[in-house]
Amino acid sequence: MTTNHSATSGRGVPLALHGLTKRYGQRTVLNHAQLTIEPGEFVAIVGRSGCGKSTLLRLVAGLEAASSGSLHIAGKPHAGLRNDTRIMFQDARLLPWKRVIDNVALGLPEAQRGAAAKVLEQVGLGDRGADWPARLSGGQRQRVALARALVHQPNLLLLDEPLGALDALTRIEMHALIEDLWLRHGFTALLVTHDVQEAVALADRVVLIEDGVIALDERIALPRPRSRGDAAFAALEKRILDRVLQRPGEEATPIEPAWLGAAAHGLRWAI
Amino acid sequence: MSNTLQELQTGPSASVHPEQPWTYPHLGLHIPPNDALALAVKAIARRLLPWLVPLALITAWHIASSAGWLSTRVLPAPLDVVQAAWTLAESGELWTHVKVSAARALTGLAIGGGLGLLLGLLTGSVRFFETLLDSSIQMVRNIPALALIPLVILWFGIDESAKLFLIAVSVFFPIYLNTYHGIRNVDPGLIEMARTYGLSRWQLYTQVILPGALSSILVGLRFSLGLMWVILIVAETISAQAGIGYLTMNAREFLQTDIVLVGILLYALLGKLADLFAGALERSWLRWHPGYQAKH
Repeated sequence: MTTNHSATSGRGVPLALHGLTKRYGQRTVLNHAQLTIEPGEFVAIVGRSGCGKSTLLRLVAGLEAASSGSLHIAGKPHAGLRNDTRIMFQDARLLPWKRVIDNVALGLPEAQRGAAAKVLEQVGLGDRGADWPARLSGGQRQRVALARALVHQPNLLLLDEPLGALDALTRIEMHALIEDLWLRHGFTALLVTHDVQEAVALADRVVLIEDGVIALDERIALPRPRSRGDAAFAALEKRILDRVLQRPGEEATPIEPAWLGAAAHGLRWAI
Repeated sequence: MSNTLQELQTGPSASVHPEQPWTYPHLGLHIPPNDALALAVKAIARRLLPWLVPLALITAWHIASSAGWLSTRVLPAPLDVVQAAWTLAESGELWTHVKVSAARALTGLAIGGGLGLLLGLLTGSVRFFETLLDSSIQMVRNIPALALIPLVILWFGIDESAKLFLIAVSVFFPIYLNTYHGIRNVDPGLIEMARTYGLSRWQLYTQVILPGALSSILVGLRFSLGLMWVILIVAETISAQAGIGYLTMNAREFLQTDIVLVGILLYALLGKLADLFAGALERSWLRWHPGYQAKH
């Protein structure tokens, strides 16, 4: 297990998935995923809900064990939780009974508590340390969660749709913040999102997962900081989005039955 | 109603007053119309209104007993009750009895509540103990503590330990149940988060699980405090050589209804105090909780 010495911090770790498979009973959620991520790379995983992208992240986090296949982090086979990996969840998951600064310092040794205030400053909430989390807005809570993740100087940061519940403006602010901190700290980042624009705005590579299979691996070569109004940006976003919406192998069928199913379901409730 | 009638009779023009600020030259105040005075009156009324019914009742009681409509055997005059309380307090008798009763209640609470908390933490946190103990405890829970009185008298006699046992048994269950459920209902997302942030088992317990269960545990404590007094009253009326129950039962023998009433009021007062204590505990331990934050 790697510890977060300052020597290794600020340096991302490489990630290698070989034939990674996850089954829940009969259902295969992730099917022979094959993916290599360079140290310090920012990779976004997109896909429809239920496609297996969150499962992939939970496997990398060590929150769940793979059914088969291998997963190497920093060249070593990976099992269980790692001390140099931090996760940002969709909900901020702050402890409501700890003040903001104590939330950031969660799991830190007493001697490093000063670092918490510094990172809180970096996410722009330096003056809110003494507040209860209940007093913060959704965006501020996610910033605290980001600070809490970064204070450990992780080599790998996993982001599980962390901005999904935020409004569009706050989201754009958070993109800039995450990009800035990623550039500054240099960790490897793996972002799961259903928002293609978010993926294109942040990632070096966008990976599409479809029915548990990696269906697309697109390099985003746009210079940073990226502007959403840019023509190249828009073209890339459109291409990936089109690819997400189209489903090869099941031509044109999925929409109608899904709609009928929903209607029948609704009907049952109405009766 | 009368306003509209007046309006109908005199026409709208007569009822409309020019908007003029009210002035209070003797106070040096200059207050806009309708606002300050009306608000002040309303605030005072809101403060006084809840006391109106109790005051009326006491007044009626006083009149009834001083006019002789109410026999002192049924209910003594309110002033007699105050007098009796004063005499008892002055002689020091009151305090000895209150002390004995409070000590009984608190000892019972400490034993029963402590056990409930301990077992609740155990069954809530460790699956093995849940399977082993919870269904048995849930079964025993359905026996009312007061139904045990004959058995308790056989076991412990009419001693101090019988009273403590009854109180301990009755306060055990609310605390046990709420502790167990409080721990079970801690957000699993928070526990998962804490695990990924490298918290040790002990840290996880003290920083995530216990604080998460605390509001529920305090609800249990509140229930227990309420039950504690009820059981104490029953236990003390069985037999006692000291305590508020002894005071009232003794007074009953001599038809001293004023002292009986003092005892009843003492129970009410102690119950209220316990409730205030629980409230204060909630406000200080749950001050992070939006529901308990003092409104500024």
